[in-house]
Amino acid sequence: MIKVSSLSMPSIKSKPITIVEEIPISKTLKFWEGLKQGKVYATKCHKCGKLFFPPSADCPECLCSEMEWTELSSEAEIETFTHVVVRPTSFCAFKPYTVAIGRLKENVKVLAWVSGFKLSQIKVGLKVKLAAKVSLGGELVYEFVPLG
Amino acid sequence: MRKVAVIGVGNSKFGIRSDVNISELAFEAVKPALEDACLSAKDVQFVALGSTGAGAWYEELLPAVVTGEYCGLTGAGLMRVEAACASGSAAFFAAYSAVACGHCDIAMALGVEKMRQIDTPTAMEWIGRAGYYLWEFHNFGLTFPAYYALYANAYMAKYGATEEDLALVAVKAHKYSAMNPVAHLQNKISVDDVLNSMVIASPLKLYDCSPMTDGAAAVIVASEEKAKELKVDVPIWVAGIGYSSGTANLSKRSDFLSLDASVAAAQRAYKAARITPERVDFAEVHDCFTIAELLAYEDLGFCGKGEAVKLLREGQTEIGGKIPVNMDGGLKAKGHPIGATGCSMIYELVHQLREEAVEKNRQVPLKNYVGLAHNVGGTGHYCYVTILRR
Repeated sequence: MIKVSSLSMPSIKSKPITIVEEIPISKTLKFWEGLKQGKVYATKCHKCGKLFFPPSADCPECLCSEMEWTELSSEAEIETFTHVVVRPTSFCAFKPYTVAIGRLKENVKVLAWVSGFKLSQIKVGLKVKLAAKVSLGGELVYEFVPLG
Repeated sequence: MRKVAVIGVGNSKFGIRSDVNISELAFEAVKPALEDACLSAKDVQFVALGSTGAGAWYEELLPAVVTGEYCGLTGAGLMRVEAACASGSAAFFAAYSAVACGHCDIAMALGVEKMRQIDTPTAMEWIGRAGYYLWEFHNFGLTFPAYYALYANAYMAKYGATEEDLALVAVKAHKYSAMNPVAHLQNKISVDDVLNSMVIASPLKLYDCSPMTDGAAAVIVASEEKAKELKVDVPIWVAGIGYSSGTANLSKRSDFLSLDASVAAAQRAYKAARITPERVDFAEVHDCFTIAELLAYEDLGFCGKGEAVKLLREGQTEIGGKIPVNMDGGLKAKGHPIGATGCSMIYELVHQLREEAVEKNRQVPLKNYVGLAHNVGGTGHYCYVTILRR
């Protein structure tokens, strides 16, 4: 199969493959199950007390693997954001989306989509609410939404 | 540790290179580097290859092996190194280290990337996954421009920088790439061209972004004794290398105004070279996006925090200014073949320091004969700073 067109140089196509990895979540299962119940969990090191989001099963500070699950508060302040217009293949079916990093009062940050706002309303410093949900496609996710 | 000199460099034409496969592209850098050093491939004892797209945006899984065979390097010690967009500098560090520690006398760093064999959304996918896939891509579809856009919006909110300020970085890059025959983009552009180009990830627009480029670059290093034995005319010495890294999750960064990895790598490189930023005559900085060049000015100590726009607007980072930056067009316009970029930066430093083979209108004036290359991998996930001295 030699392809020749006026726009491109001669080439042959590689053999196509589809890759789907199965990513283990057994050690963070409570987090994923929490999303189904509308809760966002972080982990806290039993030994040094450090709080981790995304949740971590092991503490890199003191190397302790005894962690406690703790539910995060929901109020967040946006530190930065971007509106993603040119999307990657696996997100081409979505409309352009806004991603933000918000800081919670526990002093951890969360990266998530922002929904329920007009783009022009989203600013650095905006106060938002962190909410867990199951997406229309059945994915377990969390997002920033308007307060109240 | 032994003194190490760069004795040969080569750079392929950058661009959409659908006329060549990965091995043929590598050859275009290896051959001129060997000729520059007056060596044959069999003289090279160790090769470190920087390339990130193996099996993803190009078809070969073991690019070090296939390019090695194609270029006659089989038999040398061989490895591929990965430090995302800093892979070329990581390969240079590996080659440098092999010689500095006395393990071998002649080593090569080779960078090669083919990014244009797949469709654009899939290329965006691969690069978007180059952070923490599980936590920041899987559910949120961050792209590489989007990661830097997060920095851009935070920087603009904090210091009052504007989209026009960002555009000026692109205008400067294109001005110099238009004089560089190896550059991917050789068109001059205006601020309005940048502002009117399509939004990729706000506030970054098409012309704020480096292109996806095919390209290769090779650098040959040798010990001081070997450089003398080979009667190298103008050895360019490795004065210092610094490195650091940043968190995989962007949500774990302390702020979005500076890349901690750049600051730490620069401090280590200056210390190793026993110099301060004022001694650097010119620099190659990692401008994968316009915001990245502004961050680099501050992170490398060329100006204070929040002063990058002023430095740029005053023309201090052009020829005749305090510190010319990216006189080859930078990643932004010369192009950013990810794994090759670090080696291409060294190629440019060496040509500038030798005051030869650089088109005369973009030759930087040299006072201390010191040049610096700043190569960031990912979004401040890796950083290497390399200082060379004639």
